[in-house]
Amino acid sequence: MASEDVKILGGWPSPYVMRPRIALNIKSVNYEFLQEQFGSKSDLLLKSNPVYKKIPVMIHGEKPICESLIIVQYIDEVWDSGHSILPSDPYDRAVAKFWATYIDDKWFPGLRAISRAEGEDAKKEAAEEVIAGLVLLEDAFIKCSKGKSFFGGEKIGYLDIALGCFLASLTVTEKMGNIKLLDENKTPNLFKWAEKFSSDAAVKDVMPETGKLMDFAKVLIAKSKAS
Amino acid sequence: MAIASVQLLGESPSPYVNRVQIALNLKSIEFEFIQENPYDKSERLLKVNPVQKKIPVLIHDGKPICESLIIVEYIDDAWNNGPPILPSDPHDRALARFWAAYIDNKWFPLYRELRAASTEEARKELIERIFEGLVLLEEAFVKCSKGKPFFGGDNIGYLDIALGCYMGWVKATEVSIGVKFLDEFKTPGLAEWADKFCSLNDFKEVVPETQKLVEIYKMFQGRGKPASG
Repeated sequence: MASEDVKILGGWPSPYVMRPRIALNIKSVNYEFLQEQFGSKSDLLLKSNPVYKKIPVMIHGEKPICESLIIVQYIDEVWDSGHSILPSDPYDRAVAKFWATYIDDKWFPGLRAISRAEGEDAKKEAAEEVIAGLVLLEDAFIKCSKGKSFFGGEKIGYLDIALGCFLASLTVTEKMGNIKLLDENKTPNLFKWAEKFSSDAAVKDVMPETGKLMDFAKVLIAKSKAS
Repeated sequence: MAIASVQLLGESPSPYVNRVQIALNLKSIEFEFIQENPYDKSERLLKVNPVQKKIPVLIHDGKPICESLIIVEYIDDAWNNGPPILPSDPHDRALARFWAAYIDNKWFPLYRELRAASTEEARKELIERIFEGLVLLEEAFVKCSKGKPFFGGDNIGYLDIALGCYMGWVKATEVSIGVKFLDEFKTPGLAEWADKFCSLNDFKEVVPETQKLVEIYKMFQGRGKPASG
């Protein structure tokens, strides 16, 4: 059995930090959660992730592993407790990785762009792009879930984690922008999935509460306006 | 007429397509190479990769797989013959994936910016950043290779393929701007690795010759005659 000397360097608001925490919960692996002070980087972080200096970092024994999705794959490969996170079929695995890349490279930056958009027209355009992305992901959900509750099937898997970690940010963006992004008419399957994911045992304790995240977002916005 | 069960959509000058070719060749997988011009996308390409509309796309028994490194991992997962491409140890795998992502997201894009740079000052800054990245990659090489010739050890693996497929363009840039990137004094491990990798048949059979890439480089810069064929 693998050594369980596991630390996660991160912060509670970060969706990327949620990913390895969910993965470790699935595997029932205990870990020490070392929270970085917002606005400063600890020596341990700078030493463990000198290239990007970003959270999350997992430290297993003495070895650091960086980049949230790489950490999730690592966790799946090291521990076989709980259930498999990546699909077992090679093609399903490739599809899950493809959509996770799309989410990180295209979709989530689109979500962030909504709060940065200046003026109603720009906001509307940014929101439409995010909704168009969700429509693609609805289609991906239907293909990947094969009639079951999650992208991963009966249980949450890699792609559930990759997208689900952004649900709290999505809700905050909807509330602060007074817009509807995840619409049960446009993307009914994703709408249902979001509820199930958020209440999953491996997820609910690490997903930030909307009110708390919204307060945090307001502080961030105020800080960036002040500088 | 029977359709080959493995098809690769792409074109030779693309380092991303080269990655897939090398992986398929390592596993001795027969495939049909279907030429796709990324600047004049066919209906077929748009159908199999509607989201990104990019090459390479691997089609295996009718099912498309997109994104070069995802395809390389797929090839390693789906076929048992030939040597493994990813390392077997989970931490080594995480390291290989980390550095491949760094190369794709941070390091090689500097070459594209360099090609487009319009001032001497901008060029100088980008060249400096490329060299800084090479120092990091030298450290990665020392860690991953553990004294062996390749990132993957005795044989080429995932990270060799990820970085190695850019060597054609690195060399074309060296010729075009007169800067030696892989310097045996600055980054000795990497310089030696690049020599070894580029002399392998795996590389030579797949990556176009430097002179051809230099012509394409010039064409992108808007100088010189466009490459023929």
